Amino acid sequence: MSGFLQALANPSIPFVRNALIGSVLAAFLFGILGSLVTVRRIAGLAGAISHTVLGGVGLALFLASRGAPKWVSPMLGALVFAILAALLISIVSLKAKQREDTVINALWAIGMSLGVVFLAKTPGYVDPMSYLFGNILLVTEQDLFLLAVLDLVVLLLVGRYYRHIEAASFDEEFAATKGVPVTALYLVLLLVIAIAIVLLQTFVGIVMVIAMLTLPAGTAGYFSRNLAGMMVNATLLSLAFSVGGLVVSWHFDLPAGAVIVLLSGAVFIALSARNHGKRGRL
Amino acid sequence: MQQAPQAQDAEAVHLPHAPENVAIWCQNLAFRYREVEVFADVSFHVHRGEFVALTGKNGAGKSTLLKLIVGLLEPARGQVLVFGAPPRRRIESIGYVPQHAGFDATFPIRVEEVVGMGRLSGLSRVAKHQKREDVEWALRQAEVYDLRERPFSALSGGQRRRVLVARALVGHPKLLVLDEPTANMDADSEKKFYDVLARFKGSTTVLIATHDSDFVSALADTVLCVGQGVDQPHSVHRHAIEQAVNAPEDIYGGKVVRVRHDIELPDNACCEGKD
Repeated sequence: MSGFLQALANPSIPFVRNALIGSVLAAFLFGILGSLVTVRRIAGLAGAISHTVLGGVGLALFLASRGAPKWVSPMLGALVFAILAALLISIVSLKAKQREDTVINALWAIGMSLGVVFLAKTPGYVDPMSYLFGNILLVTEQDLFLLAVLDLVVLLLVGRYYRHIEAASFDEEFAATKGVPVTALYLVLLLVIAIAIVLLQTFVGIVMVIAMLTLPAGTAGYFSRNLAGMMVNATLLSLAFSVGGLVVSWHFDLPAGAVIVLLSGAVFIALSARNHGKRGRL
Repeated sequence: MQQAPQAQDAEAVHLPHAPENVAIWCQNLAFRYREVEVFADVSFHVHRGEFVALTGKNGAGKSTLLKLIVGLLEPARGQVLVFGAPPRRRIESIGYVPQHAGFDATFPIRVEEVVGMGRLSGLSRVAKHQKREDVEWALRQAEVYDLRERPFSALSGGQRRRVLVARALVGHPKLLVLDEPTANMDADSEKKFYDVLARFKGSTTVLIATHDSDFVSALADTVLCVGQGVDQPHSVHRHAIEQAVNAPEDIYGGKVVRVRHDIELPDNACCEGKD
């Protein structure tokens, strides 16, 4: 721990401080959006969006290697693919609900495969692992700024429309009879999730985005009394897991993203087992 | 082509009301789910303050009709008016209790938060003090005040239905629409449920879909039956009711009346003495 604190205070290695700030900013998104993903049971959907991102990253890198202009960046590719995936899934979900599951899994597989094919055809070696698990120590100041902006947008939206979001998540049909624009809320939620996934995966990786959108919120769901409580608890848990994971990974020289996921997963499984045991005894 | 206006004129002669004077006005209503025609030409009306039981077999279209009335579905043709305007413009007049679908038991939410949803109107804000008072009033009306702090998932089936009624009541609706609220409920819970509804008889228009098509609560003034044609879309008819003999209260959870499906009444049968 003291080694981590020293590194944090050392101005010549700003990436440790950036990683910590990134963890704090990401925790709000993981906590708030993760709670919505969990109560609306759209973890599969978020998973599909995040995996199509690999396709976008691969395409952008491939095009860049073929002389595309500089603005064709991996982040832009990721953003385009994520938004397209979110729109496609929402159209299917609204028009043909029974096909949603198939489309989600198809996008998941196609997105990843596209990424692998494009990366294979891109000159030079690009390791797909770095996109799957990311590297939180590589977070840049621009990433931090974008994350802070998205945090602000999410906090403002949830603060203003909390009751509407809660109603639409709990009972969409009833919310619709009260004039709540449930379809628009759903689309905005998917778009925000898509943008969040793109911003987060650049430094925490695709696998960790999905883990952190589900595990802290799932854990918080075991002891939260309402959606707002779940959001707050999930944010605090994300923060604890991220910072704890960073410290452990620094100390033992392990990949930070994987350690954070393992820590979150261990707590979730332990709490699930405890709750299950309790229910069994009753 | 000339027949449709004639039919409408004939209807206008029979009914001495302007649409805005009745709670629900359905005129030549048509609706289809993709290729399946559900209603082709349905006309009926419900007076203010009337307690109406909507009966019909499973799949007859009761829920569809209720969804058309609360504005969740749009008619393909014809008109549905609630207090003289399309349902979407009467959001605050309508209290809806949807069919008890499987709510997610893991959704963290307390009873008073479920009831608070009933105060929403579009995306506008709700004044907090107003909401507090209305929520407390609705919780008491539906006899779930003591449960207000409990998680919704921890309630029994009967308690949950009463919470959903409280949620519908919280906006002081003039029309209460309930979709099979007592399905799979034991007789005690059912009696308690109808005791709650009885308080609103006369002051609030109530339209309640029920799963039992032979007997309906004695609170009902009118019975509308969604009938199932063999090769044709469904119709909605007004059927007569009579005193029920040999219908033990402990089975039906309160006094009931028998529906005479063999006696069809004209749509203006309810209009005598009403403006």
